[in-house]
Amino acid sequence: MAVSVVAAPPGAAHPRRDRGRGIWPLLAAPGIAWLALFFIFPTYVVLCIVFGQVDPLFRTPVPVWNPLEWDPTQFSYVLTHIVGPDGVFGPALLRTAVYVFIASCLCLLIAFPVSFYVARLSGRRKGLLLALLIAPFWISYMMRMFAWVNLLQDDGLFNKLLSLGGLFTIDVNWLVGQPMVVILGLVYGYVPYMILPLYAGLDRLPQPVLEASRDLGADRLSSFWRVTLPLCRPTIVAAVLLTCLPMLGDYFTSDMLSASPKTAMVGNLINDGVQSPGLTGQAGAFVMIVFLVALLPMLYYIRVTARGSEVSS
Amino acid sequence: MRSPIAWWHDPWRPPRILLAVTVGYLLWSLLPVAIAVLYSFNAGRSRTSWQGFSFRWYWGDRTLSVWHNDALHTALLQTIKLGVLATALTVPLGVLFAIGIDRWRGRLPATANFLMLLSFVLPEVLLAVALLFVITTVALPIELGTTAQVIGLITFQVSYPAVLVRARLATIGPQYEEAAMDLGASPLGALRRVTLPMLMPAIFASTVLVFADVIDDFVLVRYLSGSAATEPVSVKIYNTARGAPTPALNALATLLLLAALTAIVIGYLIYRYMSRSDTTTTDRGIGAFAGEV
Repeated sequence: MAVSVVAAPPGAAHPRRDRGRGIWPLLAAPGIAWLALFFIFPTYVVLCIVFGQVDPLFRTPVPVWNPLEWDPTQFSYVLTHIVGPDGVFGPALLRTAVYVFIASCLCLLIAFPVSFYVARLSGRRKGLLLALLIAPFWISYMMRMFAWVNLLQDDGLFNKLLSLGGLFTIDVNWLVGQPMVVILGLVYGYVPYMILPLYAGLDRLPQPVLEASRDLGADRLSSFWRVTLPLCRPTIVAAVLLTCLPMLGDYFTSDMLSASPKTAMVGNLINDGVQSPGLTGQAGAFVMIVFLVALLPMLYYIRVTARGSEVSS
Repeated sequence: MRSPIAWWHDPWRPPRILLAVTVGYLLWSLLPVAIAVLYSFNAGRSRTSWQGFSFRWYWGDRTLSVWHNDALHTALLQTIKLGVLATALTVPLGVLFAIGIDRWRGRLPATANFLMLLSFVLPEVLLAVALLFVITTVALPIELGTTAQVIGLITFQVSYPAVLVRARLATIGPQYEEAAMDLGASPLGALRRVTLPMLMPAIFASTVLVFADVIDDFVLVRYLSGSAATEPVSVKIYNTARGAPTPALNALATLLLLAALTAIVIGYLIYRYMSRSDTTTTDRGIGAFAGEV
């Protein structure tokens, strides 16, 4: 019996495996077709609408399918109205950048210590704390914003708390165009999305390396600065990107907590354009602008995570 | 009493500052929601002052409670419907995609993988507007409403199961499948009888994750909803929060919260049971379950 196995041609196992090659493309096919139809194609449709025409009568967008006939009027209208005397869109774009920047910094300021602490814990308390930390992740974003709308009403609990039960009279309308409220709303909304990846990365820090740095004479701060921080830089970058990318397209936080054009972000420009006839092309143009701005960070994120998984696997 | 400097240099001091930040964060993140839940049991119309405990806004009120108000319970049913439909379609699509992409070498699968990761980090509003344009301007046999919403949700969520399953495939490694094939299994047989059972925890975790994410979704479902009849809870909250809603809206939000938490708790218990003998996932605990790859 053993002889017959040895005598079998060495390549005998391979044809069978080659025969199986065909099934992998077959398994991936539905997913690829789906992405092509509902991800690539929609992107093209956006381009066709931005560089398309507007129906003169109904003000509905008329997509132009042939790229050779694309008309850049709508796109250049948006671009020329960002800066200069007609710069109606400029403030909202600038505001988006400022809000997202401040909110991301605040998110990191909160998320880093919290995930650092939980990652250093062990035992039962860690599981409970982790569950509590992740809980906001599973609570609807709208519900969390709504909770703040309730608290920040003119006669809401927040004002009652500030007035110390009627000692002072507080007449701040928190929900009408307060930039600080919108920024804190963004922080409140997106911080859970930062804690999770940060925790995952910090949890995997090699403990012996940190101990070694202390053993070799580094004090608390320099050990943190020169060992911990460099080790978790990719994690921090990935976590910051995961929070600020969705913030770029946010319009509902501003709508819920301020509902005033004074705090409008680029997402509000998109949202208003999509809903009003004749402005669809403009909304598409803003979609393209956000996409182009977000493209580099997105590519960077994909590269960082791809490299990370190669190292760990 | 030790000096502050001695306290700072004590290597065994408890991390009080970190603890304070963590506790403060937890209070800040959970207390507002808890208060919103509490006020759903308010006996009066107010959402800001407490007037006694009742179930009025759940079913007590004849016209305005969640149970009796058509608009409110339609929203809840639509949310659950979208959650079930989108999850049932997303998970198989994503799992098959991940397995296929993992084994199939070449430029096309690499591109597809890149696209999948791109959809993972793309701001949701961009995808939502693009799909809205497709459905309103291209003569597809798809109309705004549940169908369009499910399609959008699948596109946005399909990367979750794909990413989780690929990460799991990387930890499993090819050796078990190769052993099965050396022992005479066909590639499909090895996949079905060896790899898939080992992938089950990851598939299950992504199912719960996708469901919890879908019922919380707002941007996509709002643009693709078409009419008020297909607006889920999140959209209802957005539309009425700045008007003068009754605590029935709190009650509706609470029910949504309850649905998500129930799914998560049941899911977590089953997940722990499924991966009880697996040494690579046990130390991760609940973290592995929240999309931590």
